Amino acid sequence: MMRFILRRTLQMIPTMLAVVLIIFVIFSVVPGSFITSLMSEGRNATNAQVLTHLNEQFGLDQPLLVRLWNYLWGLAHFDLGISYRTREPVWNVIEPRLWPSIKLALCAMGFAAVVGIPLGFLAALKPGSVFDSGTMVVAVSGLSLPEFWFGLLLMYVFALNLGWLPSFGYQPGSIRHIILPAIALGVSPMALLARTTRAGVLDVMNADFVRTARAKGLAEPRLVRSHVARNVLVLILTTMGLQIGALMGQAIVVEKLFSWPGIGSLLVDSVSVRDIPVVQGAVLVIVLWFLVINMLVDITYALIDPRIKVG
Amino acid sequence: MLTRLSLMAALALGTATAALAQDATPRDGGTFVFTAPYGNSITSLDITATPHTQDEIVAKALNRSLYKWNPESGKPELDLAESVEKSADGKTYTYKLRDASFHNGDKLDADDVVWSYNRLADPKKALPGAEQMLQIEGVAEFQAGTADHIAGVKKIDDKTVEITVTNLADPGWNLMSNYAPIYSKDYPEDQLASKPNGLGPFKLANYVPGSKVELVKFDDYYEEGKPHLAKLDIMLMGEAAARDVAFRNGEIDANVLGPVQYEAYTQDPALKDNILEVAEVYTRNIGFNPKVEAFKDKRVRQAINHAINSELIIQKLLKNKAYPAVSWLPTSSPAFDKDAKPYAYDPEKAKALLKEAGYETGLKFAVTATDNESWGLPIVEAIIPMLAKVGVEVTTDPVDGSVLSDKILSDNFEAYIWSNSSGPDPLKYLTCFKSTTSQSACNYVKFANPEYDKLLEAAGQETDPAKQNDLLRQANNLFQEEAPVWFFNYNKAVMAYQPWVHGLKPNAMELAIQDYEDIWVDENAPTARQ
Repeated sequence: MMRFILRRTLQMIPTMLAVVLIIFVIFSVVPGSFITSLMSEGRNATNAQVLTHLNEQFGLDQPLLVRLWNYLWGLAHFDLGISYRTREPVWNVIEPRLWPSIKLALCAMGFAAVVGIPLGFLAALKPGSVFDSGTMVVAVSGLSLPEFWFGLLLMYVFALNLGWLPSFGYQPGSIRHIILPAIALGVSPMALLARTTRAGVLDVMNADFVRTARAKGLAEPRLVRSHVARNVLVLILTTMGLQIGALMGQAIVVEKLFSWPGIGSLLVDSVSVRDIPVVQGAVLVIVLWFLVINMLVDITYALIDPRIKVG
Repeated sequence: MLTRLSLMAALALGTATAALAQDATPRDGGTFVFTAPYGNSITSLDITATPHTQDEIVAKALNRSLYKWNPESGKPELDLAESVEKSADGKTYTYKLRDASFHNGDKLDADDVVWSYNRLADPKKALPGAEQMLQIEGVAEFQAGTADHIAGVKKIDDKTVEITVTNLADPGWNLMSNYAPIYSKDYPEDQLASKPNGLGPFKLANYVPGSKVELVKFDDYYEEGKPHLAKLDIMLMGEAAARDVAFRNGEIDANVLGPVQYEAYTQDPALKDNILEVAEVYTRNIGFNPKVEAFKDKRVRQAINHAINSELIIQKLLKNKAYPAVSWLPTSSPAFDKDAKPYAYDPEKAKALLKEAGYETGLKFAVTATDNESWGLPIVEAIIPMLAKVGVEVTTDPVDGSVLSDKILSDNFEAYIWSNSSGPDPLKYLTCFKSTTSQSACNYVKFANPEYDKLLEAAGQETDPAKQNDLLRQANNLFQEEAPVWFFNYNKAVMAYQPWVHGLKPNAMELAIQDYEDIWVDENAPTARQ
């Protein structure tokens, strides 16, 4: 197992390096820079002399390859650089956003799992029924709902009309504040999980070993619990792993809407002012989160299905 | 048109006055929940390190400058100085500082002013706020590296500072800036961004990056009996729709409105009585690049001004959340000519002017634009059919904000649509269009007119305010006549507030920046915020 973890950890390095290179190249060719973004403020346009000094301070006057080398050298020493915007180390800018993002992703996934998996199971156990059709309507709707619109709808219903929950904001330790953003973010993975679970359960239910177990007189609840559920779990886990890994990056719209201080909104704000070190840092964190979650999923495979060898 | 403008201005003033009139007996205590609407984050709690209005909304609570802007009189007035004496040549100002304390207990003295201004102008620090120091004598030498400090800022004694400026303009216009606060010379500079230590009415209690800034009353604030509020929460909320829900739900106490919300709020009986409106000092315009041959001819530029029905666009697209622009200076400017008439919507006249200029068969140009709803692509799309009627073909060049300024500063555009500052200081903002002002400074349309230059130079040397104002008025009228831009609108900033909120002011500089020390909430506020 340790060899597997070590190997997967080492495999992350080229992935991260590729991401760094791609972002670096993209922001080198797209027009606009941090310096020109300071000029777009209108009333408070920064004077040209200050801009020249800023250019020098941040090394933006150096050739592209020199800047890339400096960045990689810093990265090799776990230094993500200095934010152009705040003039603080990039890690200091990202770190306060990390836990709110993780918390939101976990809660959204929790909502998706608690609602989506049972729905998928129940729909598959009664295929073709009204419940099954209804579940699939919910699933398709959930997948196609724009998060912004759905988030606003939740605000109107649960904050404005019913007054049950706050419509926005972040309070460390407050469950009330996370409910609406978690549902808005979790509705799409919930729908996907419901569909995946239904398809997986239907597939397993038609398998030979299930038919055999049923012929041998195994009670239906035990059949579902011991044979169907365990076999579908790998599929569900894969879907959940991919979804939870992607949620941090997908949360941009929801974070913006609910004023949630996560990595996604930081990323958008940084792109708009071309704060490239923060963009790179934020993307690296999102990619690292995705890779780590998927490694954990691979490890979990071995625990729930002895036939799978992770080493 | 002018009657309508006057009426609108009167209405705006009326709304504002109504909001102020009820502020007779301020009540102490309570919390005011405000919003910073220009994004979901702020850059820094050290305002000298950022040029963003979003940060200024917070800085206004934390810091104080030598002067402050008086939204009611429309002029700068002394703030940290209790008196000032001007020398006979009109270039040296001697300030007596008031007794005031920083949040950490340090007392304000002349060394703090000298240190703050030298820090701000220090070229090694490259602080955006340095812009406000440029009028002071010796700043140019300091920034060029030929002097090790600003010669024009001197301590006379602990409570007296002398500042010498390079021209006859009132230094208050620059030194009132929230980007030029006075900091304590003894406070660690590296903590200013995270643990600010200002002279303002509120001190930092908690900052959640990307979400909110919580501030509490500073008991030793220098103004007697102020601030009234015990707590000030500033929520960082970039989404207008989310702010709308939060405001209607009573979670926030004031909300800056966009065109869509403005229309809805003014039609809602429950909301329409608590709206503050002001004509902000921003002029939305399409700038013409004279490197396009057709734009070298004044008649073409005038024709475009005549061919577009600005009022219709303001009515239909901006939902009347703007005032039609007459010239560059806004209606609130002292140098605005009350008798000036805007370019009339007259397609026939536009056609005639184009024919006269030799463009009877038409011309074509692209407008670089962001997606801004009030001065971006939607507006360009609206003018396309209007200009097509007079034979002018317009295409769009969509970009984001950073690219827009990049393209303008690198002269890589044919025309652009933008919102530019046009006040409050008419001399400063008209100087942008002197031929000696570079495109990268603020002469984006490379305007060059000898007569205009002469008027500006004369205004800069004039000591009589009335005469100076007259020269500036003439320059503004000449600029309108030359039409280097399409004069579109002046922003009508609108803020909705809860009925229990008092003391908000119609700040024409930026409505979202308020004098927090004057705000108070009455007993009708939600219990938790009383």
